[in-house]
Amino acid sequence: MKIAVCIKRTPDSESRFKIAASGAAIDEAGLKFDIDDFASYAVEAALQLNEKAGGGESVVIALGPDNVQEALRKAMSMGVDRAVHLKVDAVPADGIAVAKALAAELKDGGYDLVLFGKHAFDSSAGVVGTAVAELLGVPCVTAASQLSVDGGKGIARRELEGAAEMVSFPLPAVVTIDEGVARPRYPSLKGIMAAKKKPLESKPAQLGAIRVTLQKAELPPERPAGRIIGEGVAAVPELVRLLQTEAKVI
Amino acid sequence: MANILVFAESRGSDLRKVAFEAVTAARALADATGGGEVHAVLAGPAGIGARAGDLGKFGADAVLVAESSDFEKFARESLAATIAEKAKSGGYRAVILGFSAQGRDLGPRIAARLDAPIASDVTEIVSSGDTITVKHPGYANKVMLTLVLSGSPVVISVRPSAFTAKENAKTARSETLAPVAASGATITVTSVEEGARGRPDLGDASIIISGGRGLKAAENFKLVEELADAFGHAAVGATRAVTDDGWRPHSDQIGQTGRQVSPQLYVAVGISGAIQHLAGMRTSKTIVAINKDKEAPIFKIADYGIVGDVLDVVPALTAAIKEARKDH
Repeated sequence: MKIAVCIKRTPDSESRFKIAASGAAIDEAGLKFDIDDFASYAVEAALQLNEKAGGGESVVIALGPDNVQEALRKAMSMGVDRAVHLKVDAVPADGIAVAKALAAELKDGGYDLVLFGKHAFDSSAGVVGTAVAELLGVPCVTAASQLSVDGGKGIARRELEGAAEMVSFPLPAVVTIDEGVARPRYPSLKGIMAAKKKPLESKPAQLGAIRVTLQKAELPPERPAGRIIGEGVAAVPELVRLLQTEAKVI
Repeated sequence: MANILVFAESRGSDLRKVAFEAVTAARALADATGGGEVHAVLAGPAGIGARAGDLGKFGADAVLVAESSDFEKFARESLAATIAEKAKSGGYRAVILGFSAQGRDLGPRIAARLDAPIASDVTEIVSSGDTITVKHPGYANKVMLTLVLSGSPVVISVRPSAFTAKENAKTARSETLAPVAASGATITVTSVEEGARGRPDLGDASIIISGGRGLKAAENFKLVEELADAFGHAAVGATRAVTDDGWRPHSDQIGQTGRQVSPQLYVAVGISGAIQHLAGMRTSKTIVAINKDKEAPIFKIADYGIVGDVLDVVPALTAAIKEARKDH
């Protein structure tokens, strides 16, 4: 199969964040960036689908400034065949604009499957993958927690609130990947060496009008410091009293 | 003055809580933009129209009823087309829906069809005029983002439980909305697996009892279930370590890569408090932690911590909660 995986470069989610002087971005100094968590599951899913099928081509695509090339190389070191960099100065907060640029790149690519993470850590919006499917006019399974392809047909599982649905879909299609599909492999030394020679094409992105802008970024208020009220079973009556009189939840 | 279109989410023959929250948010936005009408799309199998009156109670002026057997299994392409076509024809200022499993699937479809800007998982609509300004927690709840949307209409999905459903009695008129068929290839729902009955969803629950590796074995998770039962209408969650080990399904996972929740009370049982987990629950109103390691990071954010073996403390707490709630 020919599979495209669209990834985003995001900061390590375990970082302690600070706000930039502009007040409308995070301070990137000292942060470690990598392929976004859900997107890395999508990369792994693409590799596994083609391994299982015994062949195929995988292409990784990212929109962003030049530093996204690191993330593209990493995906190739995991085993993806080639990469496309859609160049912009900064990734906008407008998911529809990003989707248009990606759809323009994907449209004539002849892909059987296009994978995304279900959302990116930074924007936490989950717009781009689904919007790309709509723009391409192909079926879209969102937040798949299982995915397989058999006889030219896809099968996926989606978790709903308190339920789950199994779906089947024709190809070509877009699938956004949730927890559960695959844990990403670590690049091997051989993979890292091979990735340096794999093709990476860089070209300007066609974003169009930007209609969603980030006006302000703030850190949410800190929780008050935690309090240990006691040890073992002996502390239970005090906990129940506090839940009744202070927290008023029972 | 402009009207607002809102998607009132249902499952089976019932409206979901997020439907009332979305209607409440739509009502507030309509009032803030000069008193336009709120039109709620109620889509489902035949008979769903009977729920229309419930939406009027929360401020809908009109309920647009789209009945089709396809909607029973969330025919998302047709549903998105139906909502988008209505939005196009009606000159709406905004389309509002919940950021639920259904809503997060539909929102971007509708926005792409309308070529409209979209903001997801919104916790506050700050202002509205020529542009609409909203707040949305990004970076797994670690950074609050203020976004400005220009153009009309806009699509906004609201975080479940962020907008408290407010009664605002209207006698909503009911209208029929013809379902629009999907134009291209679609996905087919082959089966739906219902989860454990009798417990609220993690996103709807005001009390969540959550278990981690400190429970030591899958069978000890029954202590978490029993504590949830003692509280009455509580949901049960788990850490990523627990779902990875298969003690609980992935759908129960609370954390950065799982569900993000903000209940009134969150009880962390045998959870050390990895950053991955804290990202999913730190906005809970009151946090209780029970863990044997007093240095565990969960105690840094727990309002009430008990240091101890969960296998001893939890059964005692279950008994005490039952006693305290025996009049309920």
